[in-house]
Amino acid sequence: MARTPTDLVGAQPDPPFEITFDGRSVTALPGQSVAAALWGAGILAWRTTRDGGRPRGAFCGIGQCYDCLATVNGEPNRRACLVPAHPGDAITTQEGHGHDRLGV
Amino acid sequence: MTASVSEPSGLYDLVVVGAGSAGLAGAVIASELGLSVALVDASTQSGGQFYRHPAPALGAVRPEALHHDWSTFSNLRRRLGASGIAHLTGHHVWSLAKEADETWTVHAVTGADGTAKRPVRIRARTLLLATGAYERQLPFPGWTLPGVVGAAGAQAMLKSGLVLPGRRIVVAGSGPLLLAVAASLAAAGARVPTVVEAAGYLRYARTPRALVANPQKAAEALVHGAALLRHRVRVRLRSAVTEVHGTDRVEAVTVTRLDRDWRPVPGTGRRIACDALAVGHGLVPQIELATALGCATRPLPDCTLGLALDGLQETSVRGLWAAGETGGVGGAELAWTEGELAGRAVVARLLGRRSDAGRIAGLQRRRDRMRAFADVMASAHAPGPGWPVWLTDDTDVCRCEEVTVGCVREAVADLGARDARTVKLLTRAGMGWCQGRMCGTAVACLAARDGVAEPPSERRPFAVPVSLSTLAALDEPAEPGGVEAEASSIEGP
Ligand code: FES
Repeated sequence: MARTPTDLVGAQPDPPFEITFDGRSVTALPGQSVAAALWGAGILAWRTTRDGGRPRGAFCGIGQCYDCLATVNGEPNRRACLVPAHPGDAITTQEGHGHDRLGV
Repeated sequence: MTASVSEPSGLYDLVVVGAGSAGLAGAVIASELGLSVALVDASTQSGGQFYRHPAPALGAVRPEALHHDWSTFSNLRRRLGASGIAHLTGHHVWSLAKEADETWTVHAVTGADGTAKRPVRIRARTLLLATGAYERQLPFPGWTLPGVVGAAGAQAMLKSGLVLPGRRIVVAGSGPLLLAVAASLAAAGARVPTVVEAAGYLRYARTPRALVANPQKAAEALVHGAALLRHRVRVRLRSAVTEVHGTDRVEAVTVTRLDRDWRPVPGTGRRIACDALAVGHGLVPQIELATALGCATRPLPDCTLGLALDGLQETSVRGLWAAGETGGVGGAELAWTEGELAGRAVVARLLGRRSDAGRIAGLQRRRDRMRAFADVMASAHAPGPGWPVWLTDDTDVCRCEEVTVGCVREAVADLGARDARTVKLLTRAGMGWCQGRMCGTAVACLAARDGVAEPPSERRPFAVPVSLSTLAALDEPAEPGGVEAEASSIEGP
């Protein structure tokens, strides 16, 4: 039995790189989405809800539920399950609707 | 900021929306029979959800380890590569419009998540809609906790990103997909203590004809069953996860026995430790691009809606064909069968000749046989009327707008709401980012007076979020060309 998903498909990825999540360093594999990189580091939540301030992360995995919204390099409301991770990306927890500075 | 709209080269004979099994089969055959074809897809890779696979940079030597029937896909992908099809990746279609001269305009926003600045419009003489499905969810206390993920979602993240949401993952919900999900999670190294299926499998036995006519489906179930045995995964039938425990993430779930109507049997709850829960209750056809145009639908046996299609896969709107899960959820083989059928029908319409009557009749027989089985499957796994019993008043129904069961019940009991649309107007359930995709089934069930829910049939003007600058730019003259370099690529074989 394969111990990891990468073993299962015999993955030989290009060299891994670093992104940050709320300032902490996270290792991503080339070709992974931001959500996949975060799951790979054991991080399941990167957003808090507007009303309850409850933690959320990826749910549907295919761009339908919008639960995985994150702030990517300062831009809020990016669907982390669709956005590919790039070296040096700064992912930050998105609070509420992500437009706090606009006061809307 | 204004966004100018660009148009990839002129008027195509056929534009196919969706590059999964159905879309690929339709695009490839139409191109091989002489049509000019554009294949438009949100993803950067072909394959759709079923044949979702890791990006090339992940260097997967054996991507087929996560799939059945990989050879069908490799064949379609090879033919795509050898064709002259314009494969427009990273294009999220938000609207289809029929013009006065009977041609079509397909409107898309570009980029991995549709936020690139340049919108695109693609012009077509005919359309094939192959947009697939998304997962149906029923809420339960704790289902918004991090670590609770869609069953299909967990599989999608595994197939494309090679990651798991936890080490010990309970798989729950209803439908044959759960067996496939559990088998692939276990093969990828997760411990799957149990698969929890709300239906009983006895229902299938009531329609032996559909079963006998589809032996490959039974064989598929056996393959998954054997894999689960090998990984010592226990399958519990007539049971559901009725509560998730944990404060900031999943720590355990309660699994409860259900009666025939999906009512929890009191006193049967068992707590099972886990760090993730993958849950889903089947799939919902993704048809909003068609319903926005007024295409006729048909109710499916599991209270969802599929497109009503004629013998050659055409919708009730002339010039718009559909294939695969858009006509009702039936799996990859049915999808490519319908895709090819639709592709041939478009060729016959545009070129005025039937390409191969024998082949078309064969495809139709295969389609009818598999459609019959799909309907049996849908009715076997339709949510029982008793499932709302497992909800508490403070359970969130609408994840986006954080609308609780209590609010929805108040709208129904005190304010007289009788359908999902009225509940939406009174509570905001379904008004958030996902536009009711996650809560639509639950709200419709809770609003139904006698427990029999009407499928939510609301029309959405936009299938994906679109910025105001994009809408404003639609009136400007289009910029021809240039889009290929910026926002799309032709995928190689
Ligand atoms: S996880 Fe659902 S949209 Fe990203």
